[in-house]
Amino acid sequence: MSTPKVELRGVKKRFGDKVVLDGVDLALDPGHSLVVIGGSGTGKSVMIKCVLGILTPDEGNIFVDGQEVTGLRGSARDAVLRKFGMLFQGAALFDSLPVWENVAFGLIQGHGMPRKQAREVAIEKLAKVGLGSDVAMLSPAELSGGMQKRVGLARAIAADPEIIFFDEPTTGLDPIMADIINDLIVSTVKDLGVTTLSITHDMVSARKISDHIAMLYKGKIVWAGPTADIDGSTNAFVDQFIHGRAEGPIKMEVRA
Amino acid sequence: MNVLASIGRATLGFFRETGKLSLFTGDAVSGVVRPPVYGWLIAQQLMRIGYYSLPVVGLTAFFTGGVLALQIYIGGNRYGAESIVPQIVALGITRELGPVIAGLMVAGRVAAAIAAEIGTMRVTEQIDALTTLSTNPVKYLVVPRLVAAVISMPILVAIADSIGIFGGYVVGTASLGFNGGIYLKNTVDFITQQDVTSGLIKAAVFGFIIALMGCYNGFNSRGGAQGVGAATTNAVVSASILILAANYALTSLLFPR
Repeated sequence: MSTPKVELRGVKKRFGDKVVLDGVDLALDPGHSLVVIGGSGTGKSVMIKCVLGILTPDEGNIFVDGQEVTGLRGSARDAVLRKFGMLFQGAALFDSLPVWENVAFGLIQGHGMPRKQAREVAIEKLAKVGLGSDVAMLSPAELSGGMQKRVGLARAIAADPEIIFFDEPTTGLDPIMADIINDLIVSTVKDLGVTTLSITHDMVSARKISDHIAMLYKGKIVWAGPTADIDGSTNAFVDQFIHGRAEGPIKMEVRA
Repeated sequence: MNVLASIGRATLGFFRETGKLSLFTGDAVSGVVRPPVYGWLIAQQLMRIGYYSLPVVGLTAFFTGGVLALQIYIGGNRYGAESIVPQIVALGITRELGPVIAGLMVAGRVAAAIAAEIGTMRVTEQIDALTTLSTNPVKYLVVPRLVAAVISMPILVAIADSIGIFGGYVVGTASLGFNGGIYLKNTVDFITQQDVTSGLIKAAVFGFIIALMGCYNGFNSRGGAQGVGAATTNAVVSASILILAANYALTSLLFPR
């Protein structure tokens, strides 16, 4: 058994009185594509932000390549962050910078690459996600939602990360564009041979981009297994979620 | 009991907020001296905070100087002391009105713009994206604005001082019957270096307050367009109040009786 790329042990996080993560145990093995499913507000984004160190968990440990990362600061944390690429839900492109500088941002700021060289890499990465060099000089506000996601993906892969996180990659896109983005994710992941962790509530997307699925409910992982096994999981939570039924053990908290 | 509980809650909230602001300030100030230094971003902010504030600061200073001359003339008239106008205009503008009016105008313009920009970056996860791209958001966003504001404000106030005194001169010579040469001579003879430098010191402090309040409120904005709007309002209000409070404290420090 190899060391997991990312491992969470008993991670807890609360905001005020609201417990968001209540002891999450999750392992992401090298080369796997894991999708964490769960309803809105179940703490999927919080979990990813804890791994990236944007939020600090109240309890528990997070390991990246076997190294404890909770509480890391400064250059040690930067070194860990360089292993990650992240595609944000709304793409989170910097609207003050042209597209190519968005893609090259991590190379210039994080890796100290000269701007000219970084620009060439950026155009190459844009080509990988199906965008021409004419897009490079545009500002992110001039792009459609699907194109912004592509640029976000190009930015996530720009610095050749070992692990990529996808936060709701298909949210806000029409079904066709969603499928195009799914295909793009699958082919990119295959090309680069990276490990990925995605969070989504879109089951179509989850089935397409994952080889393993875990379900988060009320701050805990209630089921985890290979994607092929999910229909026969016999887990009432999973069944309700993948079939999208209003009735079942999951009670939606209408008021948080 | 409910009264006590709400007093307690308000007190705790106050200390929590003060503590958060102190930590943020410490982070920002220490970011000024630690590499990397984003020279280009500082230059960009100098343009936005300093240069583009010139028209609004200049206009307000001009009218303030003018109205000051008018009021001192009318007030002085009661004692037959109309001739004091140039001296009091110079004193009032350099020591108090130049820095305070410029500070409040820049607070309205710049603190709001900073809070709106950083607040939008917060709610669209651009600040989180900076972190994942190995860039410290405080150093990348806060430090350049802080440095640029602290540099810009004294320059703006020096210009506002000149324009304010010029406003008084225009009103004095055009409608109050002063001789231009005598007006200027009285101004120059009366004014001391300390009058001007005290105003410039105030200006630097106000610049710090403006950028800090804009950044702090932007960084802590929550929940979409409404949250950004609230952050913008809070930035302007808190910057303005802090400027007036700091102005009083600085005046009593710089001019001990």
